[in-house]
Amino acid sequence: MKSMWIAFVAIFVVAYGADRALDYTGFSAQEKTSGPSVRLD
Amino acid sequence: MTLSRLITILSVLIWLPLAAAIAQDAETPPTDPRAATGGAQTLEDILARQRGETIDMSFRDTLTGPDADEAAYVQQLGTLGVTSDPALWRALRYNDATLSVSSRSPAADVVMQDSGMTWLAWRAGPLRTYGGYLMLGMIAFLAVFLALRGRIRTDHPLSGRKVLRFSAIERFGHWLLAGSFILLGVTGLVQLFGRVAIIPLIGHEAFAPIAIAGKWVHNNVAWAFMLGLIMVTVFWISHNIPNRLDLKWIAVGGGLFSKGVHPPAKKFNAGQKIIFWAVVVFGVSISASGLSLLFPFELPMFAATFEKLNALGIPGWFGMDPLKTELMPHEEMQLAQLWHAIVAFVFMAIILAHIYIGSIGMEGAFDAMGKGEVDETWAAEHHSLWLEELKAKESKDSAALTPTE
Repeated sequence: MKSMWIAFVAIFVVAYGADRALDYTGFSAQEKTSGPSVRLD
Repeated sequence: MTLSRLITILSVLIWLPLAAAIAQDAETPPTDPRAATGGAQTLEDILARQRGETIDMSFRDTLTGPDADEAAYVQQLGTLGVTSDPALWRALRYNDATLSVSSRSPAADVVMQDSGMTWLAWRAGPLRTYGGYLMLGMIAFLAVFLALRGRIRTDHPLSGRKVLRFSAIERFGHWLLAGSFILLGVTGLVQLFGRVAIIPLIGHEAFAPIAIAGKWVHNNVAWAFMLGLIMVTVFWISHNIPNRLDLKWIAVGGGLFSKGVHPPAKKFNAGQKIIFWAVVVFGVSISASGLSLLFPFELPMFAATFEKLNALGIPGWFGMDPLKTELMPHEEMQLAQLWHAIVAFVFMAIILAHIYIGSIGMEGAFDAMGKGEVDETWAAEHHSLWLEELKAKESKDSAALTPTE
């Protein structure tokens, strides 16, 4: 059952990593849709 | 008598011009149906649109600015020049206006689109209704099957000897795919049914953080799903090529419906092959539409797909007109969402059956993917040819290791 639990942990590692990586590379909705005249925060 | 004749003659004289006019009308070719409105849409057009009928808008969708003769006066006559307000609104309506917007979003300069209500009606109507029925129908079917057939057990006593069915990396790939699929399924259902099934129970305030968390999980766990899909495809595709054995397996229903029937099978039987290919096909399709939704307006795919389908003449097979190949950016996203959800419902229904047979439906099935090992008796009954191959390989390996005298 060890493989199953490691895979479940890996799901969250991949998800968190994807979120951070996309954010870092400028793929966040805020980065894509805001501009000098439009602020989303 | 004279008076009577006089009335008759007068009647004829009164009706004669009218009859002549009617006759003339019948001979006149049909005129422009929008002549009365000067070419603008009529009340009938508006009512037809409200009835949801498709209207040919070619009579107005190009009337979005001054024509060539009028263009010369544009600068002389102020901001709008000779462009009328209706022409300006039509330009916005048909995405023909030159706009400058502050937002950097790819489709920010589309300020008006008319496919939103159709999408919303589909999402709130048939998608929820038939999708929900499909889920509940599959659960009911499996419950009835369990009640009638009971749990499928081995016909012979377990031997106590174990054989390795799936390696650690195979199990990791399977659970990466399975765990992410369940998270995506649950969060997807929460997004689709939240408004009708959860908000009435817990209220908007309580649902808001659930929806936000669900959106984060759905958007980001998708990458784990795609990684798991690639892993299991690479691991198992060579074992899932259809062959003649599959026909024999299907002919006896895999022995699922009767005790003591065990059609021969290699590592994967025909039922598992069907699940495998369904996962690959639906997994790739749902990943494609999911990526389109993850990066809004960046990866449109429906116009290009429709073009290919039209070229093959596929819509004609179903008596349909060619599909639209010019889609608004938002229409692409709406179609991607509908397709994503339709594929997801069918996918979930199939996987519900897979989860059933891999857990409560069959004794020993979960061990194969849980611990990785199965009892030899189980293997002999469900995957006899695979067990024979495994034994032959073991004998060959042990013979190779035995020192010669």
